[in-house]
Amino acid sequence: MYDIKALYQAKSVADAVALRLAHPEAQIIAGGSDVLVQMREGKRAGAELISIQTLDEIRGVSMDDDGTIRIGSLTSFSHITWDPLIQKYINVLGQAVDQVGGPQIRNIGTIGGNTCNGVTSADSASTLHAWDAIIELTGPDGIRRQPIHDFYIRAGVVDIREGEIQTAILIPKESYENCFGHYIKYAMRSAMDIATLGTSVNVRLSADKKTVERARVAFGVAGPVPLRAVRAEELAAGQPVSLELAERFAQAVKEDINPRDSWRAAKDFRIHIAVESAKRAFIESVKLAGGDL
Amino acid sequence: MEKHQLQYETVRFNLNGRDVERTVDVRASLTDMLRNDFRMTSVKKGCEVGECGACTVLIDGETFNSCIYLAVWAQGKHIRTLEGVLGPDGQLSDVQQAFVEEAAIQCGFCTPGFVLTAEEILETGQEYTDEQLRKLLSGHLCRCTGYENILRAVKKAMYRRLGKEPPQ
Repeated sequence: MYDIKALYQAKSVADAVALRLAHPEAQIIAGGSDVLVQMREGKRAGAELISIQTLDEIRGVSMDDDGTIRIGSLTSFSHITWDPLIQKYINVLGQAVDQVGGPQIRNIGTIGGNTCNGVTSADSASTLHAWDAIIELTGPDGIRRQPIHDFYIRAGVVDIREGEIQTAILIPKESYENCFGHYIKYAMRSAMDIATLGTSVNVRLSADKKTVERARVAFGVAGPVPLRAVRAEELAAGQPVSLELAERFAQAVKEDINPRDSWRAAKDFRIHIAVESAKRAFIESVKLAGGDL
Repeated sequence: MEKHQLQYETVRFNLNGRDVERTVDVRASLTDMLRNDFRMTSVKKGCEVGECGACTVLIDGETFNSCIYLAVWAQGKHIRTLEGVLGPDGQLSDVQQAFVEEAAIQCGFCTPGFVLTAEEILETGQEYTDEQLRKLLSGHLCRCTGYENILRAVKKAMYRRLGKEPPQ
């Protein structure tokens, strides 16, 4: 038995919004792999819950008319990994979420929950940052869209306003077209572990594969929220593909990251693996894009 | 102290091929309901925070840790536990038989979960490498066997189902 004060089960997105307004103190629960564990720890004991777990209307991956990839917030990690659209256009996202927890957790956990937690170590978050994802929220005044960068306010706090629930994560066509990426999770164990550092890089090369048109890199656990290393991105844009560029790109990430000391790893060690991971992920991304290194 | 309002809900679902119905406390986990209301004691209470995999069940063909799944969410689902893996006269399944042959069991606490995950893996009909199988089995903790015999058992059952000889 969980220490739940009351459970309100939403029957539709509109119903969820109404429940949010009626019970502003209640905690939203999606897959349950965070909220129920926190309840067991006593952190959320005695809370009221609004369950959106059964809302199939916001589950699954699809493509909008303008080519935007729409990931319903309740889509589980394993369903993202196996989805044909994700495999074709944003394969790195499927690979990143395939490193969350263990197999059962990947069937339970949702990408919406992973982002709404506001946790820097979330395996989906760095890749979503690196692909300029847009968060779609549905509230009493309709739909509100916001870049994922602005969605994260500070550690554990995201911009979900009164009456709102997150309903989708969108990747615009301009963001994924001709882009190839690679994710590196650095953790002590291969399963059931939280990232010491997560690094997601993606590149778009020129038609002749000789020049980097655009490179993007984002980190988890390199700061209180997931963050982009924009100076490294600026440095690489328009440059000819080379191993020397990979090295300079990787060194430049140090200008934007700000990891901390924790029991998992020291700040200096995190900076070291950030540089090394950025280099390796950059090289891998260039290779995936057809570049020669 | 504030008086707690008890809240119940009626859940209808399919358990091991049989349509069932129960009225449960909304605070119950699926583990609680399966063990207490249906006596499905193969569903073990281990860590109760989704780490150890001892409470694993199949929900619509996918493995879930039933300890971090609310009982009321079972509404309309098809749920399989180890009890549903046995043959009609209680015969062991091919996966269970392979576990026996490979001595992939000692205390047995993790076994129901492992067997159900193996079912999910083998139902894909694919051939996996050792590395892939290790990853697919990584959501279970076993403190007795050291995992090697479990891996061997799952591999043996996989090759038997595929009608192939395991590579030497």
